Amino acid sequence: MSADTGTATGSEASRIHNIGYRSYDGVRLGRSYARRSLYSQSLRGAFGLGRSAKSKVLPMLLCGVMCLVALIIVAVAMAAPTMTKLPVRYTSFAIYLQAVIGLFVASQAPQSVSRDLRFKSVPLYFSRPIERVDYVLAKFGAMASALLVLTGLPLVILYVGALLAKFDFADQTKWFGQGMVSVALLSVLFAGLGLVVAALTPRRGFGVAAVIAVLTITYGAVSTVQGIAWTTGSAGAVSWLGLFSPITLIDGVQTAFLGASSAFPGGEGPGAAAGVVYLLVVLALVAGSYAVLMRRYRRVGL
Amino acid sequence: MTVIATERLTMRFPRVTALDRLSLDIGPGVTGLVGSNGAGKSTLIKILLGLSPATEGRAAVLGLDVATEGAAIRERVGYMPEHDCLPPDVSATEFVVHMARMSGLPPTAARERTADTLRHVGLYEERYRPIGGYSTGMKQRVKLAQALVHDPKLVLLDEPTNGLDPVGRDDMLALIRRVHSDFGISVLVTSHLLGELERTCDHVVVIDGGALLRSSSTSDFTRTTTTLAVEVTDSDEHPDGTDALRGALTAAGVTFLGRDGLDGEGLPGAGHILLLEATGEDTYDLVRDSVAGLGLGLVRMEQRRHHIAEVFRNGAAPQAAVPAAAGAGQQKGSGRDER
Repeated sequence: MSADTGTATGSEASRIHNIGYRSYDGVRLGRSYARRSLYSQSLRGAFGLGRSAKSKVLPMLLCGVMCLVALIIVAVAMAAPTMTKLPVRYTSFAIYLQAVIGLFVASQAPQSVSRDLRFKSVPLYFSRPIERVDYVLAKFGAMASALLVLTGLPLVILYVGALLAKFDFADQTKWFGQGMVSVALLSVLFAGLGLVVAALTPRRGFGVAAVIAVLTITYGAVSTVQGIAWTTGSAGAVSWLGLFSPITLIDGVQTAFLGASSAFPGGEGPGAAAGVVYLLVVLALVAGSYAVLMRRYRRVGL
Repeated sequence: MTVIATERLTMRFPRVTALDRLSLDIGPGVTGLVGSNGAGKSTLIKILLGLSPATEGRAAVLGLDVATEGAAIRERVGYMPEHDCLPPDVSATEFVVHMARMSGLPPTAARERTADTLRHVGLYEERYRPIGGYSTGMKQRVKLAQALVHDPKLVLLDEPTNGLDPVGRDDMLALIRRVHSDFGISVLVTSHLLGELERTCDHVVVIDGGALLRSSSTSDFTRTTTTLAVEVTDSDEHPDGTDALRGALTAAGVTFLGRDGLDGEGLPGAGHILLLEATGEDTYDLVRDSVAGLGLGLVRMEQRRHHIAEVFRNGAAPQAAVPAAAGAGQQKGSGRDER
């Protein structure tokens, strides 16, 4: 081992250049750079980039499904000569494809946080300039951004398709904007919930199952109870029941503020007043997720 | 210049006092921090990284206060944890590059430094394979590499030889030695084995129950406690080679500490290992010349490692206890531990 670090010996002609250990005198970019690096690494990781070929399959497949559906919708819109707008609203797209989004969160949130916990890499981060808040923000931001890519990309496809089909520019732009706001909210909410569940379960398998459970069981329960409430004639309860599952929360907010048509039974979403409650609950959940993550990492720091 | 300075550093948890008014002054070089499990080594490291505030007292690393300048310390210090900390599904290169960037190195520099550092710790082609397939020794090297990749001024190594076989242990210790001698990086290395740090470190600090038990340069330790174990073969001329050598060495004025194997009856070589006190390089030469002069075969000549327990015994009666402890303290298996 010492052979490769020996100092240069011999005459000038036969000198062996051995650089040995070189110290680093370059710049050290500090905390915010480290946070950005962690963010981009986590964001790329959510799509399997920089990871093994196997781990690229699922996220890429899910992303492909989302885009494919959007392309089909565009194709239909272009093929039908009588259409004046897209057959699917921008705001409805994510609601229809919520299972795909749920699978993405369930598979990638544990990958993002459980891995560091399970293999105890977290101390390596906290023995470096970044702090707990940087770690949590980077992971949260990366997951939300990944979801925004997943849900926003098909909307962009729809929008471009709509413009190519020469639909009304002003209308399309307005609806597209509303759709983007809606999926941005959805991304942050789902990222927060997914990461919290994943961070509480160091075993990745449990994390995947737990995230799916949180997203689908609550939705199943809420829509069942809503259905019962609707058929028994208590339409007022329907809009309030939507507060208890993530996807119906988003549905409620966009129905109240973003011109969406609700997927609730009867198509009656919350009005503006109830919408404020929906929005507050969404924001509270996001803030709560952040707080839980911060707490979680206080306990594992080294 | 002081690398680490602590002043009456105290850390109390609700049920236990992990550090008790610990005052240290550690200079550049390789410093061993020795203590039994739960002696407060990891707590001290955590405080030195500025990650948990001490209950009382002060500490400074590289002249930076741990309480207020933690981030600046962590930029200049490397840390290698005791436990596993490597994800199995990425390659060593990818992982160390990522960690370099976490330390603030720009992307290009991170790649260059990673390639350099992995080469220096002795990982070559395998660095492109996923870490999951590595041996324990290779994983320890990756852990060391991630602590060195940002060229820190000081590295804190928590039990780097844990889980390694004797050869891996010696390799790791040699590597740690090089971290200072070739790379110019100061090292604080913890262990619960005093013996293995003895040859690697310039200075050894022994703590127990969070308090300082002993702090001295390694030469102090070795001067008083180096025990040399010698085993020779018998020859036709000297049917009892051990006795012949003993006679020759006694004549040359070497102090004998006893014969090994009194508690190891039945083991190969039991009773045939001479323990003598090495006063310096001369003793080694003397043994070599005497064995050669008698025409015997030298089976082994090695330094006996001392267990942390001996320091505790010595602590009670520093002067008197040393030869006795060394003579009586041949722990079972210590000979095998050596190679």
